[in-house]
Amino acid sequence: MERERLVDTMESILGPEGVIHEHEQLRTYECDGLMNYRVIPELVVLPESGDQVQQVVKVCYDEGIPFVARGSGTGLSGGALPVKSGVLIVMSRMKHILEVDVPNQRVVVEPGVINVWVSQEVADEGYFYAPDPASQIVSSIGGNMAENSGGVHCLKYGFTTNHVMGAEVVLPDGSVAHLGGGRAPDAPGYDLLGAFVGSEGTLGIATRITLRIVPTPESVRTLLAAFDDTEGAGGAVSGIIGEGIVPAAVEMMDALTIEAVEAAVHPNLPDAGAVLVIELDGPEAEVEEQFGRVKEICQENEATEIRVAEDDVERALFWKARKAAFGAMGRISNDYYVQDGVIPRTALAEVMKKISDLSDEYGFRVANVFHAGDGNLHPLVLYNGNNPGEAEKAEELAGEIVFACLEHGGSLTGEHGIGEDKKKYMPKMFTEDDMNVMQLLRCAFDPHQICNPGKIFPTPRLCGERPGPFHMHPIQKAGLAENF
Amino acid sequence: MDTKKVSIEELQEVVGEDNAREAGAEDAVEGVEPSFVVEPGSVEELSALMKLAAREELAVAPRGGGTKTHLGEPPRELDLVVSMARMDEIIEHVPGDQIARVQAGVKLRDLQEKLSEANQMLGLDPPEAAAGATIGGIIAANSSGPLRLRYGTVRDLIIGITVVLSDGTVAKAGGKVVKNVAGYDLGKLFSGSMGTLGIIADANFRLHPIPEVARTVAVNLESPQAAGEASQTILHSKIMPSACELRWSGENKQLTVLLESIPGGIEAKLEAASFLLKSFGDVQVLEEEETDAPGALSEFGEDEVEVKIGAPPAELAGVLESVLGAAERGGVEASVTGHAATGVTFVRFTGGTDAEADAGAELVEELREIWSRRGGSVVLQRSPLGLKRKVGVWGPGGDSVGLMRRVKDKFDARGVLNPGRFVGGI
Repeated sequence: MERERLVDTMESILGPEGVIHEHEQLRTYECDGLMNYRVIPELVVLPESGDQVQQVVKVCYDEGIPFVARGSGTGLSGGALPVKSGVLIVMSRMKHILEVDVPNQRVVVEPGVINVWVSQEVADEGYFYAPDPASQIVSSIGGNMAENSGGVHCLKYGFTTNHVMGAEVVLPDGSVAHLGGGRAPDAPGYDLLGAFVGSEGTLGIATRITLRIVPTPESVRTLLAAFDDTEGAGGAVSGIIGEGIVPAAVEMMDALTIEAVEAAVHPNLPDAGAVLVIELDGPEAEVEEQFGRVKEICQENEATEIRVAEDDVERALFWKARKAAFGAMGRISNDYYVQDGVIPRTALAEVMKKISDLSDEYGFRVANVFHAGDGNLHPLVLYNGNNPGEAEKAEELAGEIVFACLEHGGSLTGEHGIGEDKKKYMPKMFTEDDMNVMQLLRCAFDPHQICNPGKIFPTPRLCGERPGPFHMHPIQKAGLAENF
Repeated sequence: MDTKKVSIEELQEVVGEDNAREAGAEDAVEGVEPSFVVEPGSVEELSALMKLAAREELAVAPRGGGTKTHLGEPPRELDLVVSMARMDEIIEHVPGDQIARVQAGVKLRDLQEKLSEANQMLGLDPPEAAAGATIGGIIAANSSGPLRLRYGTVRDLIIGITVVLSDGTVAKAGGKVVKNVAGYDLGKLFSGSMGTLGIIADANFRLHPIPEVARTVAVNLESPQAAGEASQTILHSKIMPSACELRWSGENKQLTVLLESIPGGIEAKLEAASFLLKSFGDVQVLEEEETDAPGALSEFGEDEVEVKIGAPPAELAGVLESVLGAAERGGVEASVTGHAATGVTFVRFTGGTDAEADAGAELVEELREIWSRRGGSVVLQRSPLGLKRKVGVWGPGGDSVGLMRRVKDKFDARGVLNPGRFVGGI
C-alpha cells in the first residue's frame, strides 16, 4: 500500500489526531527505553479502543505491513523498537480502569493504564497490585504484560504472569480472542494466556486485561543492613532463605552504587561495601518474630550497621535509594549500560568475583544493584560514550557478565526481556530445536510474522503459510529469515 | 487390536526388551485399548520412540501414574501408551536455590519426601498424589489441591520444562532459576495440555519452605449463603490462609481454613480466623488427626458422576444453590467439596446417573448454561462414557478454541498425541 493511502486509511479509522506521520514527529518514537537502537517507523497510530486496534491490525494483516505495539516505551531490551516500513501502535490513550471487582479480587484495565494506578485505585479497599517494577510510575500494564515484568516484591508475590488472569487480545490476523478465565479459575483448554504474557509483543496486542489484586499485609517491616562486602551481604541472604523465611523483598547495592545513590538522592546511606534492604510483610505476630530473626542473621554475618525503618517515611527513603539506583549512575559516570542477568542464588559469590575480574580486565567500573532474593543481577557498566569505542567495549563487557550467569545455570534476562538487544545471545541459552519449537507457537499466533517481527529470536522462521494476496515477507526478502 | 502398524520387536529395539509389551484391558484409556505399552528410560529413548511412532503413524497416549486416565474424552484412536514410569529420577535438588529438577515419571509423594529432608516442598497437593500421581501427569492435567490458594497451581510453580514432540524433537524452555523471561514460556503452555502437544520429559520447579506449624479452623454452616460469606470473609482477611475448603454433603456442611505459620505466629492467626468465622456458625480448632487432606474423596462408584465447576469465587453461594437445586430436580444426591476461596468446586452426583444418563445430561447442561454465562466452566471430571458422549467433557470452549487448534496443529502436525481427548476435539 502506498504511504499516502495508508495514512488515509488509518485516519479514517482513528481520526487525524490518532495518526502521526510527519517525519519530525515520528522521530520521537524511534526508540524505547533502550536508546542505542533506533528505527523511525512508517507511521504511529494512537488507538482509543480495542475496536480501533482491531481495525488497524486488520489493515496491517491485509496489506502485509509489520506492526509493533508499545505502551509507555520504558522497556530496556528494545522490545518496542519500531520496524522499518512498519506501523507503531502506541497504546497510551487506552488508559481507563474499566472495572474494580473486590469480591473476586480482580481489576479490569485497558493496556495503557500505568502500573501504579492500579494499586492507587484499590488502596482504600485494603488491596494492592503486587508486581512493582522500578518503572511503575510510568510503565503501562500492557507493557508489563508483554515483558512479564518483575519488581522488588516478586520474590514473595510472583511476577506479572502470576497476576494477569485474563485478556482480550487482538491477534495478528485482526481477530479477537479471550485468553484465560478472568474471574473464574481453570478455564478448559490450553493456557494460552500463560504463553502470551512475557511474549514481548510478538503474539498479538492485549486490549483489555484482567488483573489479580491481593490484600495489603497487616504489617510491613523494613531494615537496611550494611556489610563490608557483597560476600557478607550474600551470606546474610542465604541465611535468611535457609531458615525458611520468605521476605517480601531483598535488595542489594554495592559500594559504587551506594556512592552514586548518595550523590543523587542523599538518603544518608552507611559508608559500606554493600547494603541490603530487606522487607518482611504479613500477619503482625509472624512478621515481628521473623524480623527479629532476620536482624540476628545480619549480625551473625557481621553487619556493620542495621537501621530499622521506624515509619513509612523512613521506609520510603530506603526504597527511594534503591529505586533511584539506575538513574543515579549519571552522577558518577557519563554513560552506563544496564545488564539484566539471573544466577542461582548460591552462585552469588563466584559470579561477583567474576564481575570484578571482568571489570579490571576491561578497565570499566561496574556498579551492582540486584534483587538478591531471586538472583536477578543488574550490573551497570560505567563508561564514557564520548571516547570512541567505549560504548562497544562496555556492551561487550556486559555480554561477558551475562555469559557468566549462563555458565552458572542462570538466565539471559530476569525481567528486561530479550527484545532486540539480546536475541543474538539466545543460542547461548537455547538450542536450535528449543528456539524452533518456541517459534511453532509464534507461527500459530502470527503465521505471517507481522507482529513485532525480528525480536527475541536471532533467526526468525517463516511458517510456510502464505494464503491470499500476501507477498514475500520483508525480512525474508532481506535475507534475514528462512522458511521452516 | 488386529491392525498393528508396528511390531513389538521394533519397539523393543528402541527401549529394550523388558520395556515394551502387549497392552491389556487395564491399559485402556476411556474404553479404547492400545496395542502396546512402552516405557522409555531416557529422553533419547523417548525421542527415538516418537520418531518411530511418527514414521508408522501411531497414535500415542502418554501416561504417568495412571491415576486420572478417566479425565478427558475417549481418544479417537490409540496404538501406543507411552508410560513414563522409568523416567523417575530426581535430577537435582538445590535447597539454597529452592529449586528442583525432576523427570516426569517421579511420583509427587516421592519427590515431597526427598524435598522434606531439606525442609522444603513443592506447593502442589492434588488428592491423587496419594495414589501415585507423577509430576508429568500432574503438569499435563494441571492438577491442584487445597494449597493452591496460597501457592498457586502448576503454572505458578513450574520454571522450566523439557518436552518431546510427536516427531521426536526434543526442546526445552525456561531454566532452573525462578526469575527468567528468556524465550516463550512453554512450561505454562504445557501445563494442562492433556498430553496433546508433546510428552513432558522433565520439569523444573520453584520450591517453598515447609511451614513450621499448620493448624485448621472449621466452621459448621447452616446455609449456602453462610458458606459464601464465610469464604469471602477469609479471602479478604489479612491472615494469609493457605487453604479454604468447603464440604457440603448430607449433614456435613463445613468450611475449613488451613493456617500455616511459625510457632510465634500461629496463635494470633487461629484467634483471628476463629473470630472472623464465629458469626457464621460453630467454630472449632481441629486436632491434627481430624485434618487429613480435605478435598480428597473416597472410592468412586459406577453410578457416580463428578463435575468440576470453575466460577468466580464470590459466587460460591450461587454455585452451591445451583448444584443443590439441580440435584433435587434430577432426583440425585450431590456431595460437594471445593477449594472455596479460589472458585473451584467439585460435585459428585450419586444415583440415577448411570449409562442411560438422561438425568445426568440434563444436570450437566443446566449447570453449564448457568456457569458459562457467568464466565465459568463445568467440566465432566469423571463419568460413564454414555454421559460423556452425550454432553461432552469440556463444555463450550470460547473464542480461543480456533487458536488452540492452530497451536495443536503446529506442535503435533499429524494429530497423533491423545487425539480427540481435549477441548474442541483437539
